[in-house]
Amino acid sequence: MSEKAKPLPAAPEIWPEAEPYWNAAGEGKLAVMRCLSCEQHYVHPRPFCPHCGSDKTEWRDAAGTGTIYTFTVTARAPVFQVPAMVKLAEGPIMMTAIVDCDPESLAIGQDVAVAFQPTDGGAPLPVFKPA
Amino acid sequence: MYPTDAHIVGIYEHPVRKAEGISLAQLHADVAKGAVEDAGLSLSDIDGYFCGADAPGIGAMTMAQYMGLDLRYTDSTETGGSSYIGHVHHAALAIAAGKCDVALITCADNQVASKKFIGLGGVDFRGAPEQPFEDGYYLGPAALYGMVAQRHMHEFGTTSEQLAWVKVAASHHAQHNPNAMLRDVVTVEDVVSSPFVASPLRRLDCCVMSDGGGAIILARPEIAKSLKRPAVRLRGAGEAVKHNAGGNVDLSYSAGRDSGRAAFAEAGVKPADIRYASLYDSFTITVIMQLEDLGFCEKGEGGKFVSDGNLISGTGKLAFNTDGGGLCNNHPGNRGGITKVLEAVRQLRGEAHPAVQVPDCALAVAHGTGGSLAGYHGSATAILERV
Repeated sequence: MSEKAKPLPAAPEIWPEAEPYWNAAGEGKLAVMRCLSCEQHYVHPRPFCPHCGSDKTEWRDAAGTGTIYTFTVTARAPVFQVPAMVKLAEGPIMMTAIVDCDPESLAIGQDVAVAFQPTDGGAPLPVFKPA
Repeated sequence: MYPTDAHIVGIYEHPVRKAEGISLAQLHADVAKGAVEDAGLSLSDIDGYFCGADAPGIGAMTMAQYMGLDLRYTDSTETGGSSYIGHVHHAALAIAAGKCDVALITCADNQVASKKFIGLGGVDFRGAPEQPFEDGYYLGPAALYGMVAQRHMHEFGTTSEQLAWVKVAASHHAQHNPNAMLRDVVTVEDVVSSPFVASPLRRLDCCVMSDGGGAIILARPEIAKSLKRPAVRLRGAGEAVKHNAGGNVDLSYSAGRDSGRAAFAEAGVKPADIRYASLYDSFTITVIMQLEDLGFCEKGEGGKFVSDGNLISGTGKLAFNTDGGGLCNNHPGNRGGITKVLEAVRQLRGEAHPAVQVPDCALAVAHGTGGSLAGYHGSATAILERV
């Protein structure tokens, strides 16, 4: 991580319905949910599809790749200097942060790949770095 | 005249900007008393009460007891900073339905003086399901709005100088408001040379943080006619919520697109008919987004619309936030919706500062965005008319 001087982010609170997401993160994988009825992927995890309401959903391993939808370089970042939204290869756009980067060189549309930021005693947070 | 034949008969804005030595409950009571006095009523006339989730205690009940209100209608709808514009809508509906005769809306906060900052706008986010997936990345308000501004620049070519014109216009108005926190007129150069907070937003693209608050009284038209103050009628209103749609995110517009469409349709007027606009100005990008979404210009043209002082009263195309707005005047509790209504009412009464009063102002809009423009937010639009 490029932010060595910064404190670890707090451990995420794990809702029962989202446990597989955090378990996957612990194994270095980005999990995403997909609806078996309307066949769309979605964030954040929940046992029903926010697009069509179906209960027929499944967990998938995401490719872990995407593009920067938008980002901001923050001056007084408590943990992450570059909060961002990344459009996953599967379609959904998720809030995250860009790490291991030169903030001045980032651009919307840039290819990024998932990485995992350790937290303070909890599951790691999916973040992204330039691909 | 369903649904909006209710009149705003009293308003009050607390002059304090850092509320030392006064409790949150007393601030609510002070603004309530200020507004009933402005209306020529008393607290015993109030039978409907409206507040946000940041009011002390439980919903409307706690303040009802403190103020000694005898209520037959309450509503503590919470949409962040836009709550109070929604409350005007809800109060008008309740009055039109005969559920109350005189409605009180209060907003107040003392977070700056007490140094007790609670969540976003004083609301407890416990159990909010998105928190580990959003707030876990420490996304403060500036970062959330900075990401929207970055995207707006990418999609539409909006520039930092265009954002700056919003602040410049607000500062031109604030110089005439003795209560405003920032009264110095600033230039585009001042704004674009201020330090970054969350790129592309700089310090002067951000609103102030303040204490204080305000209150609004609405009443049935028959009651309004018996009172001394110039009445203002709610002619149309709309509300909408926008969220991340399961990840199908489009940050090019806000919920104001839908709340504005509903309000203008209900009012039977067009943006071109509006003489004064109170627009939520948490950040400069918020104003540009709302101008587009409300139809004052085409989508993507907001930056051009605000340039060259076009939001400055007297010289621009559309006077906005003539009290100095959140960018310069105040932003009590990070909730600017109440002051948006107050300045619109002053304009319609002809009681704005003479230097910023829009001549013969007959129709105004008060519009708010509460929550996060990059995440979920609630928009409320009220179209107000001089009676």
